[in-house]
Amino acid sequence: MSASVLRELFDSRERKALLMPYTTGGYPDMDGCRRVLDAFIAGGADMIELGVPYSDPLADGPVVQASTQQALEAGVNTDDVLDLAREYSGRLPVVLLVYYNCVLAYGQERFVKAAAAAGVSGLVAPDLPVDEAGEFLDACRGAGVDPILLVAPTSTDDRIRLIAENASGFIYCVSVAGVTGARTTLSSGLPDFLGRVRMRTDVPLAVGFGVSTPEQAAEVAQYADGVIIGSRLISIVRDAPDIGTACEEIESLLKETGGRLER
Amino acid sequence: MTVPGRFGPYGGRYVPETVIPALDELTAAFERLRDEPAFNAELESLYRSFVGRPTPLYLASRLTKKLGTARVYLKREDLCHTGAHKLNNTVGQLLLAAEMGKRRVIAETGAGQHGVATATAAALFGIPCVIYMGEKDIERQELNVVRMKLLGAEVVPVSSGSRTLKDAMNEAIRDWVTNVGSTYYVIGSVAGPAPYPALVRHFQEVIGREAREQVLELEGRLPDEIIACVGGGSNAIGIFAPFLEERQVKLTGVEAAGEGLDSGRHGASIERGRRGVLHGSLSYVLQDDYGQILEAHSISAGLDYPGVGPEHSWLHDEGRVGYDSVTDSQALEAFTLLSETEGIIPALESAHAVAYLVAKAGEYSEDDLVIVNLSGRGDKDVHQAARALGILT
Repeated sequence: MSASVLRELFDSRERKALLMPYTTGGYPDMDGCRRVLDAFIAGGADMIELGVPYSDPLADGPVVQASTQQALEAGVNTDDVLDLAREYSGRLPVVLLVYYNCVLAYGQERFVKAAAAAGVSGLVAPDLPVDEAGEFLDACRGAGVDPILLVAPTSTDDRIRLIAENASGFIYCVSVAGVTGARTTLSSGLPDFLGRVRMRTDVPLAVGFGVSTPEQAAEVAQYADGVIIGSRLISIVRDAPDIGTACEEIESLLKETGGRLER
Repeated sequence: MTVPGRFGPYGGRYVPETVIPALDELTAAFERLRDEPAFNAELESLYRSFVGRPTPLYLASRLTKKLGTARVYLKREDLCHTGAHKLNNTVGQLLLAAEMGKRRVIAETGAGQHGVATATAAALFGIPCVIYMGEKDIERQELNVVRMKLLGAEVVPVSSGSRTLKDAMNEAIRDWVTNVGSTYYVIGSVAGPAPYPALVRHFQEVIGREAREQVLELEGRLPDEIIACVGGGSNAIGIFAPFLEERQVKLTGVEAAGEGLDSGRHGASIERGRRGVLHGSLSYVLQDDYGQILEAHSISAGLDYPGVGPEHSWLHDEGRVGYDSVTDSQALEAFTLLSETEGIIPALESAHAVAYLVAKAGEYSEDDLVIVNLSGRGDKDVHQAARALGILT
């Protein structure tokens, strides 16, 4: 098996935790999305997480839902997001978040190969639990792409073990039982939950869902190897008067957050 | 007995990890209770005293004469409390929820029939209830919104996506992911992640068990064909299930052809869909080349769904059940026909099953025996039908 780009990135990090911003591919449109991704890089991101827009994103809260809907209405499709990945994967490692029906419709093997060809390092399918993921895991490994599995606070110890056995790159730890979206406070159970996962694996742990401020990111970095911020960044684009203003705000928020993640 | 998670390749549990442990818990509870005498005695008692079972198997002799063909029986699910077969399932699931100690139930609804049935069963058990309903459906089905509120349920409008049933189901799943410890999710059709397709089937099989007993008593033999409409497909699975092993009984599911299969405005997931994942299971789904889910269309809100239960997909591939479709206008004609000839106003969903019989009338002989599952009554549809038929202007 080829060395994992993501694993290498985590293992050689200087920060306490990697800064992993998310945005929806093609939101608010293709050019606007490029500017957001440029702001991610300028803001000091360690990795880019890019979503493939989907009509029925049931793991996502209202902010991400609205962004995927807008991207779809702008005509963005899976191939467009693969193009974005190709453009940016030379600058930072790219992970794609994709609902499983988009993978099936594209053809599982074909999609994973296309992602690999675009330089994608990892694939996250939020509606594909490990029990159903056999073929997907095989396809990813065959193409040299890390399949990123999710673990939740509700996962039993047995399931955490099963997820850990099949994980590579990193494990995506969902901070709370719920959908994506900013929350005012982190779950008080987070340290215990991450401790339960940590004792069963040496694969790096990234935390997402509900992390929106530099303070929350700093708190997460005490227990985790990576911090994923998504809805907050998308809401900045949604609320800003223009994309230039949004990107300035994103860059400065990421810089501030990154500053809180240094050792 | 183990609950099947797959029907051939179809079914499965394509949902976020967060709810997988809850599905395991539900599967375990269902496996434990489904054969427990006390649980079934209570269910049976509720079916009799609350739902109004058994429902009659009625010989539609004027319809038979008018069509000049097979002897037609109607399985009168329209006579169930709340007006459709939906209550069979919700009473069963609320009994399960109560046994599991759940303190809150949620459900999605399209036309509002499953929402009303869930609100009704929740009121019966004294459990708080939240119903997710698309904004477009709320506009179309005001009467059922009022009924749910009268029954004490909270109705949450869903404004995402197409603002219809599929989006309401997404929202219900999001609620469940968030409140998974305390909340029981009452799915209304033989869809969703395992164990729901098998669980809903279990509670709807009472339709077929009764029909089988009744037809044997009335006619001394099994029917030649059973016809039922298929949206998600719970009434169809319910009446088909006890006959699946009787290969001589032809089983026919009727999907919504809407404005025509080639119009792009229909709900015929089996005839025009492709294999995909929607709402947690692998099945036939109306989708584009990139896997984006398409909007369905039918004059009947209950058939206006871009997916279908995984077992139907399997029964189709196996050839055990034949699937066909009828258009909005055929359904409307059948709606009028049954009202005028039998004094029964059917739900527009059920009118699709009647319309198929009408369309194929010439192919039956007088000795043929056909059962149509009349899954619901048409009170909820009179305004829409009146507008379409020009009775109201």
